[in-house]
Amino acid sequence: MPKRTPFYDFHLAAGAKLVDFAGWEMPLLYRSIINEHQQTRLSGSIFDVSHMGRLTFTGKDALPFLNFLLTRNLTDQSIGQSRYSLVCNDAGGILDDVIVSRDEQNWFLVCNASNRDKLLKHFAAVRKDKGFACDLGDITESTAMAAIQGPKVIERLANDLPIDLRSLKRYHFETATIMFIRVMIFRSGYTGEDGVEIVIPAKLAGMMMKMLGGQIDKPDALIRPAGLGARDTLRLEAAMPLYGHELSESVDPLCAGLAWAVDLNKDFLGAPPLRNIARQGPKTKLVGLVLDGKRIARQGTPLSLDGRLVGHVTSGTLSPTLQKSIALAYVDSNHAAEGATLSADLKASHSPATIIKLPFYKRTR
Amino acid sequence: MSAPTDRKYLETHEWHLGNRDVITIGISQFAADELSDITFVDLPDVGDKVEANKPFGEIESVKATADLICGVSGVITAVNSELADNPGLVNKDPYTSGWMIKVRISNPQDLDNLLPADQYLKKTGH
Repeated sequence: MPKRTPFYDFHLAAGAKLVDFAGWEMPLLYRSIINEHQQTRLSGSIFDVSHMGRLTFTGKDALPFLNFLLTRNLTDQSIGQSRYSLVCNDAGGILDDVIVSRDEQNWFLVCNASNRDKLLKHFAAVRKDKGFACDLGDITESTAMAAIQGPKVIERLANDLPIDLRSLKRYHFETATIMFIRVMIFRSGYTGEDGVEIVIPAKLAGMMMKMLGGQIDKPDALIRPAGLGARDTLRLEAAMPLYGHELSESVDPLCAGLAWAVDLNKDFLGAPPLRNIARQGPKTKLVGLVLDGKRIARQGTPLSLDGRLVGHVTSGTLSPTLQKSIALAYVDSNHAAEGATLSADLKASHSPATIIKLPFYKRTR
Repeated sequence: MSAPTDRKYLETHEWHLGNRDVITIGISQFAADELSDITFVDLPDVGDKVEANKPFGEIESVKATADLICGVSGVITAVNSELADNPGLVNKDPYTSGWMIKVRISNPQDLDNLLPADQYLKKTGH
């Protein structure tokens, strides 16, 4: 029986089409995936992301513990700052991608819903093995989280939130008190647009929707609800990886193009094999493709060159912004040059697929 | 949800309109809603043969790709060329302007195997 987020009643009332995602009943869409995608690019959308894991790290060894678990160097991370990082196993394979934030009394980590249990077990095992003095907390089910994304979001919310939202820098967060309730507001997101992600106590989810002016059900509202379908097409246009597609335990951060989130000078779980891969150069590389025609290359679509298999698609869609068929794919490094044209072997046809520079979409402000 | 009673259906959601020589085929609103934003409809050519209970094409949306199944055997006499530039017609208006193919049927008995609207709705659970 799938779990429900604190926004479930809102989804029902808004007419969402609900699907099972990682054991949670989540809105796939409210109106249409393309409509919600364009609303986000042109104005603003609110996404329920409460299903994602929210974990806390407290105690004297919280920093060294996290610094050992994560690929990113956290020692110079300031209070109020967030960073993207990977969590690797001892072979350098990716266990998850996460956002880690430094708060005043603790560290806060947001992970994928599908990996929460796996990470909790992994963290507990490493803590025991290495003897770190750190308390692990899981506040996923006692909180709710919403992402509000789009070019008009900051202006729309600036006067409603009790912080200086306009001055809050990207990948920074502030904790505010609204009517005695502690609320975390992060200036970050997974759509390629500006916006915020807000964490609140679970029981205030309904009130939060009302606080948005109760206007979000109107067709001309600045901010309208959007589901996981649009979340996926938005992140794909912005070339942001998704665990289970671009990221998995069979993939390392370097071939995934995430070397910027890995500090190889640091001692962390998975560092030695990653240093090897860095020395020899990754054998496969994540690239962006644009296909001729409008057929979509789904995950698993083989890519060939002169009849030889050289790669496979990890995510694909028809980009609502570009009106083109786009895909992310792993391709053998010696065939992964920008401008190269491969053949996407779709079910009933072959389509030329040209490697282009990522991202597919970048916001202009 | 309802379905027009002037036509018959396959359990796989393709509606068949007409009861004489030429049948028009498309998909139900329920199927179009399930797919969500349709991005491509892959249809055969005029003159192609079709076979009952075999695919006649493919329909693709942001969400998924699915086969289109023909309920009758025969020859294609017309294909909706509007869908090439405007596949979203299937979402907006699946029962009229979102039609897909017309078939001159070779075996009138095929029609008897199709489901009337109420049975189609029952079998597909809504």
